[in-house]
Amino acid sequence: MKKISLSNISKLYEVISREYDLYAPIKKAGKVNFAKWTDGEEVVFNAQTVRSPKDMFFPQTMDLYSLKMQGKTVEVIDDRSETAPFVVFGVKPCDCKSFEVLDRVFLAEPVDTYYQNRREAGIIVGLGCSAPSESCMCASFGVDNTEPVADVKSYIVDGEMYLDAITDKGEKLLSLIAGLLVDADSTKVDEQKAKTKEINKKLPLQNLDMTRFTADNLNEIFNEEEWEGLSEACLACGTCTYVCPTCQCYDIRDFKTNDGVKRFRCWDSCMYSDFTKMSAGQPRNTQMQRFRQRFMHKLVYFPANNDGMYSCVGCGRCATKCPISMNIAKVIKKLGGKHND
Amino acid sequence: MQVSDIKKKASEMLLSGEVKRVIGWKKGEFDYDLTPATFESVEELEDFVYDGFCGANLSKYLIKESKKEGKTLVFMKPCDTYSFNQLLKEHRIVRDNVYVVAIDCEGKLDIDKIKSKGIKGILSVKEDGDEVIIDTIYGESKVVKGEVMLEKCLTCKSKEHVAYDESMAQGVENVSLDRFSEVAKLEAMTADERYEFWRGELSKCIRCNACRNVCPACSCVKCVFDNDASGVSAKSNANEFEESMFHIIRAFHVAGRCTDCGECSRVCPQHIPLHLINRKFIKDINTLYGEYQAGADVDSRGPLTNYTTDDLDPSDIFGGNK
Ligand code: SF4
Ligand code: SF4
Ligand code: SF4
Ligand code: SF4
Repeated sequence: MKKISLSNISKLYEVISREYDLYAPIKKAGKVNFAKWTDGEEVVFNAQTVRSPKDMFFPQTMDLYSLKMQGKTVEVIDDRSETAPFVVFGVKPCDCKSFEVLDRVFLAEPVDTYYQNRREAGIIVGLGCSAPSESCMCASFGVDNTEPVADVKSYIVDGEMYLDAITDKGEKLLSLIAGLLVDADSTKVDEQKAKTKEINKKLPLQNLDMTRFTADNLNEIFNEEEWEGLSEACLACGTCTYVCPTCQCYDIRDFKTNDGVKRFRCWDSCMYSDFTKMSAGQPRNTQMQRFRQRFMHKLVYFPANNDGMYSCVGCGRCATKCPISMNIAKVIKKLGGKHND
Repeated sequence: MQVSDIKKKASEMLLSGEVKRVIGWKKGEFDYDLTPATFESVEELEDFVYDGFCGANLSKYLIKESKKEGKTLVFMKPCDTYSFNQLLKEHRIVRDNVYVVAIDCEGKLDIDKIKSKGIKGILSVKEDGDEVIIDTIYGESKVVKGEVMLEKCLTCKSKEHVAYDESMAQGVENVSLDRFSEVAKLEAMTADERYEFWRGELSKCIRCNACRNVCPACSCVKCVFDNDASGVSAKSNANEFEESMFHIIRAFHVAGRCTDCGECSRVCPQHIPLHLINRKFIKDINTLYGEYQAGADVDSRGPLTNYTTDDLDPSDIFGGNK
């Protein structure tokens, strides 16, 4: 394990950014979001970013290709922007886990090469948690918030950042900044991990009972009357899906240009009335059905198709951002299992 | 006015059959995450709450609820009644199917302001006069209420209800700040500074539509931005232009109808001060067409939907010929 004093950390950003595009949780106009680091930006580690780091690999909008018409010929132009290697710094353990969920979707056959390119180009520096909050549910979803799964894992203890490479990519990154790091033993990090585990025990949503969410109960849960009450106030805004690190749905749309079409994709949301609309119409006609889709997908359909892996990592963003304070924790408590008081 | 009185009123009206349902706020996992809800029985009212976290404006839900069979009882804070009137004026609510009970409001809390003070791991939040006491797993914190109130409550336009069938309100003194002072600051900026300010704010927009969907003035059955046939439909902001355009179009569309209920800013996950755009319009309308408060009544004509021969002409502002 290596370490660097936080007072020296902008040196580290500087050295990395000479070689890579560096993204970090940066505070702008009062809110923290992942953004490209340039000298003088305020990097903030003790807040959750509003947008999740999925933006780095699956951006909200992305050009796919263009069609150019010339007389009777159509030219197809590949619009993908080559992705140069980049580094994402300060990714919390729940968000690190979200990449594993997204990989299941985008790296399964047929592989989504747009996502794959970015995934290969990205080096992720995870950051262990030391002060989880009441909205954190990571432990309920099997995420250890003291062990970020990334290329490099890092911890901040007493004004120092500890770093440990996990993958080859991570080794490469640490060798780039080797001159700034000193050797460290892990005592203080281990102490912090133990403390964090104690804090988790006091948090109300870290031990949710999920036992009922199995493929066998699919129909029974789907037909629950509780969905009506849970969804009645939902505004169908889609905030929950847009801040969610694991929501993966997108729409492919065309933008008419002077001489053809630009085809792009952008995030979609199952909360929207035209979600998966087909020529025959919309398969989910009411907001209750759309709302139910979101949670059934995360808690039942996805695990049924992915060896039990939920497509929720318990980050709590939907809990803190929903305008009507409806969220996955409330759904789990109503429908999850007997042991949710 | 006690919460128990409000609950009693609700259960009496449900039991007597005068109303079929009640709209109010429902208890959440924490003290601060209340959800708007309908209550159809006395048992369901167990979870009814009225406290410092009832910022959500319930009037828009009446578009749907008032079309159901039977009457709906709704509890309204003063600011909510302005939205209610405006919706009535726009024929969105079936008035006869609604029973409005006016309740007092001493200003609601903003959990994000509490959290932005570095307060985490919240177990409970209690109000004690001018103080808010927050118990967390990391210890207790006390903050001054004025520092953690919702923006819309800090600049509350009135503590008087403008519509109700019955009032349980006893009146509260309004000590709010001038709601136009922030607008004046923006007006004092140079165009470039102002552009920078709004670029900084709007660049955060994730186009989640929370601001639009919560807005009582945004009651179109199908928004132009959701309508593929409109040619401008979009699910995301593809560039800076679209980030700004969405908000400019929306602000124009609600101009003269926005009651300044403050819901857009309250729900924005990125805390973009959307109310400042609307307030600029309100301020200009007041200056150019005379004082006007949307939602203050149900029958006056709005300044932008009314024509008079001495109406303002673009030349009055920009110069040139009429
Ligand atoms: S569903 Fe909610 S808690 Fe789960 S990953 Fe998405 S935003 Fe986070
Ligand atoms: S179906 Fe809904 S919950 Fe599932 S990924 Fe898509 S938007 Fe998210
Ligand atoms: S954020 Fe809340 S109100 Fe908006 S779509 Fe999601 S559940 Fe519904
Ligand atoms: S609520 Fe905020 S982030 Fe969402 S669309 Fe409106 S301004 Fe953008």
